[in-house]
Parts: sequence; structure tokens; C-alpha cells
Amino acid sequence: MRIAVLLNMVPDLVEELEIDSTGKALDTQWMRYVISESDDHALEQALLLKDRHGASVSVLAMDYGDADQVLYAALARGADEAVNLTGIPETGLGKRAAAATFKEALGGIRPDLILAGVQAIDDLDAHVAGMLGGMMALPYVGVTRSVEPSGEGKVLVQKEYPGGAAAEIEVTLPAVVGVLSAPQPPRYVPVARIREVMKTRTLDKREAVAVAVPAEPAVIRLFKPEPAEHAQMLDGSPEELAGQIIKILEDRGLAP
Amino acid sequence: MSPAGQDVWVHIEHLRGKVAGHTYELLGKGREIADALGGQLIAVLVGNEVQPLAETLAADGVLYVEDAGLAEYTPGSHAAVIRALVEKEAPRVVLFGATSMGMDLAAVLAAVLERPLIVNCVNLQVRDGRTVATSQMCGGKLLCEAEASGPVVVTVMPGSFPSEAGLAKSPPPVEVVPMPAPLEAVGMRAIRILEPEPGDVDITKSAVLVAVGRGIQRQDNIPLAEELAGALGGTVCASRPVVDQGWLPMSRQVGKSGMIVKPKLYLALGISGAPEHAEGMKDSDLIIAVNSDAKAPIFDIADYGIVIDMYDLLPALTQALRGRRA
Repeated sequence: MRIAVLLNMVPDLVEELEIDSTGKALDTQWMRYVISESDDHALEQALLLKDRHGASVSVLAMDYGDADQVLYAALARGADEAVNLTGIPETGLGKRAAAATFKEALGGIRPDLILAGVQAIDDLDAHVAGMLGGMMALPYVGVTRSVEPSGEGKVLVQKEYPGGAAAEIEVTLPAVVGVLSAPQPPRYVPVARIREVMKTRTLDKREAVAVAVPAEPAVIRLFKPEPAEHAQMLDGSPEELAGQIIKILEDRGLAP
Repeated sequence: MSPAGQDVWVHIEHLRGKVAGHTYELLGKGREIADALGGQLIAVLVGNEVQPLAETLAADGVLYVEDAGLAEYTPGSHAAVIRALVEKEAPRVVLFGATSMGMDLAAVLAAVLERPLIVNCVNLQVRDGRTVATSQMCGGKLLCEAEASGPVVVTVMPGSFPSEAGLAKSPPPVEVVPMPAPLEAVGMRAIRILEPEPGDVDITKSAVLVAVGRGIQRQDNIPLAEELAGALGGTVCASRPVVDQGWLPMSRQVGKSGMIVKPKLYLALGISGAPEHAEGMKDSDLIIAVNSDAKAPIFDIADYGIVIDMYDLLPALTQALRGRRA
């Protein structure tokens, strides 16, 4: 099975997010990008399929943020090929444009299975995998927690529902799957291993094809939420705070 | 249906013969939007032998498509049907829940119909004839207000609007629509529903929950939370990243794809308060949040907040509770 994994870079939420002077976009000057969490799980899902059943795994990312580092890490984790799509604006692309760009890039790979995170956190239309499925007229299932081969040319996906339930859906390949989580956490590779890979492997740099997409929603403003209500903040030493919490519980009849 | 293309459609999500609760929220808000646009509010119900569900829907009309092939939800079959309906009737706004089903359908439809897509909407209005949506981004740390002047597909976060207005006082008219699209080519079939594996405990029945998030950092630290839960007479639960790491079983997960809990006390440790988690716990009677980040969104839904490294507080609180019992 030939698998392609699409990786999106998104803002690192550990850092403070700043809005630029237009008031309509994030200020990316000092922003740190990390791999989108569900995309990281999509990569793990692909590598699990390779480990257990044999597959080739091609990983694609767009050339902004720390995409190089993420792609080398993917190779260190076990991917066979890492493609860096160049010529992308430094601030990245809207997700519909990203889906269209990935679609063009996938033409040379012709995967049986395309895996991507079910959504990215940093855009209005977040669902790259779903939109790609629509654009490529391929079967698409999103919000999955496992993907397994199911006979010739098919996979069996578990799609999550609320309350811990799931649906098992058999999907004919080629197909696109929007991964929420892999059956196991993304594997860790030591930095030394990534450095070694950076010396011995090369990224496949390809110029991204500029793709026209339909007009996207017009952003009026980006802003930080003003809490309608905010928690009453407690302060003090750990012992004082413990005492305050116990007093609150006592007042509510919740103290053990 | 209104020929003017100003109608608002709401996807009626249902599972195991029940309408999903957020669907009524969409109908209530959809009514406001349809009135402002001068269109009708249409509920789109797709399935097999589920027509009685239409009786509870507060809409001007229900488009009902029934087929044995639609008995179990698959994104392919339901998207094919809804796509065909939208192409024929051209509604102005199509609303889905930002849920496991809605996310599938909205993304595919927006792509194939070349309509703008706005996801994770928490507010929706019509301004100067344009649809204006406010969406959560970056785990709830940002809001984005955006407008669409023409047709648009929107997913709405459950819990964003009241549901009462979406419940019908009397059954709406139902138009039974013949299957508008073949299902042979959708390339998928539902096999079965997997019920959650029984966990060691049912966190939905626990009056006191000690919830741990990404801030717990390592599996080795889970026992600290368990000791505190023991001292409080409660149970440990978790946000998604902790379960994804395999540190706690899925039966302990709170949030959109986990359990919905309403305990008397929810003590959130190292949980940022992303919308997906908040959806599962925001209705708890008392929420106390502990986080080292003073700007964590969890403080916007908590009753009490403490900005501190949880490892400074946990031992002191556990010890104080044990001392109190002694």
C-alpha cells in the first residue's frame, strides 16, 4: 500500500499569540510553528500500517515554519520519502488553498491512502483532509481513531462518536482519511537520530503549483475572547491555597 | 422551498434513533438567520425509517430522504444525498454541528460545491445581508469574525446556542424526497457501531472528578492526581492528550469525543480548557482550575482559578485533606 501523509504547521499554543496590525491575522514574525497535533497522529497511523502490514510512506509538508525539521523527524520515525513543497508564502496558506496545493502535489505520488489530521487549529476552514476528499472525489472519512487493511483495496476505519462509541466503516481505496488520533501515541525519536538523518537523507524539494481556489470567507477581525465571566482567582502559598479550596468545599458541603 | 436561494438548511444529526441535542440549537439559531435573510428554515433529515424524528423539529419544512442504504451513517452516502439536494435547491446557508458527523459532511460539501467553509462557529448573525460568523481558533485562545456574502457552509460548536427554540410545538410539514443520488459509487459501507468498552469506573456517575490535562507531563505523575482524588473521595479523569498518550483509558476521557460529565466538583489540573474539552465539563456544578498559564481559557469557565505549578499545590492539598479526615 502506498500512503501519503499531509502535515500542516500550526502556531505553538504554548507561546503567546499576537495579532498583527491589520487586526485580521496572526503576527507571524516571532511565531513558532509546530506540527498540527492530529497530523502528527496521521503520521503515526501511517507508520503503524507500514510496521504491521508493509507500506511505503510519503510525507508532504509546505515549506514554512520548521517544516524541514518536521520532515526530517518524519524520516527518522520511519517515513520513506519526505517532500517539501516550496514557494509557499511565509505565513502559509488558507486551508482550502493548502488542500488544493496538496492535491496537485499528490499527482506525482498516486497514493492508495491519503492520511491527514482531521483539522488544523489555525484557520476558519480547518478541514484540509475533508476538503481534499471532496476536491479529489475520493471517499472520505474523518474523526478516526484507527485504520487497518481490510481485504484487497480496502481499509477498515474506526470513526469516533461522542461518549466513547465508534463506527466501523469499510472504505474502498484510493481514499482520504482525516485522523483524530492513532491507536498509539506518536513515536519518539531522539534528537541525535534526527541529526543523523539530516546528514544522510535529503528532502525532496518541489515547487508547489499555484492553485486558484474559490473566494474564502472575508475575515473582519481576529481577536482574543473577552471572558463573559472569569474565575475568582485565589492566591497564596500552596498551604494557604489548600486551605482556601477546603473552605470552598466545606461551604458547598463537598468536603470529605 | 424558497426559490430566492435565501433558505437556511440545518443538517439533522441522529444516531441510534435519536436526534442529537445540538441539532435543536442549530434550528433555533437557524430560525433567526432565515428570518433575517427572508428565507425559510429547512431541516434536512437523511436516514432509514426515521421520519418520526421530524415531529420534534422546529422548521418551516423538513426534507426527508429515506433509503435502506442510509440506515447507518457513512460520510459518503449522506454527503452524496445532501450534495444532490443542495445543488437542486441552492440554500444560502447550510448548518452542521461541529461534530464527528458534521465535520465530515461540511468539509466535503464545501469542497465539491465550491462554497466557503467556516468551522467551529460560536456566534452567527446576518449583517447588511451578509452572513457573519464568529469562530473559535487556536484551542479557544482566539476568535475570528468573518463574513460571507453568498452561499456558505458552517459548522457550529455544540453548546453555543440555546436549544429550546429548536423544539417544535407542532410537527412541521415533511416533504419526502426520492433518493436524489446513487449510493453504489460512494466507496464505503458501515459495518457496525462499537459501543465503548466498559471502563474500570463510570466517570459520569462520579460526584467528584479530578481531571488531568497535558500539564501532568508524565505518566509517572498520574498517581499524584489519584492520591488527591482518593483524599477527595473522587475519581481521576482526563482531557484528550492524556488519553492519546495511553496514560489513562478512554473510559476516563472528558470532552467532545469522550464523556459528558456534570459532577458536583470538577478540579481541573493542567488543563488549558480547549473547546473540545470544555464541551464535556462546562456544566459541572463547581469548577476549580489549576494551571500555570494565567491566560488559559479554562479560567473563563471555572468558578475558581489558581495560577500555580500544580506540583506545588497537589501535595499540600492532598495532605491537608488527609489531615482533615484524621
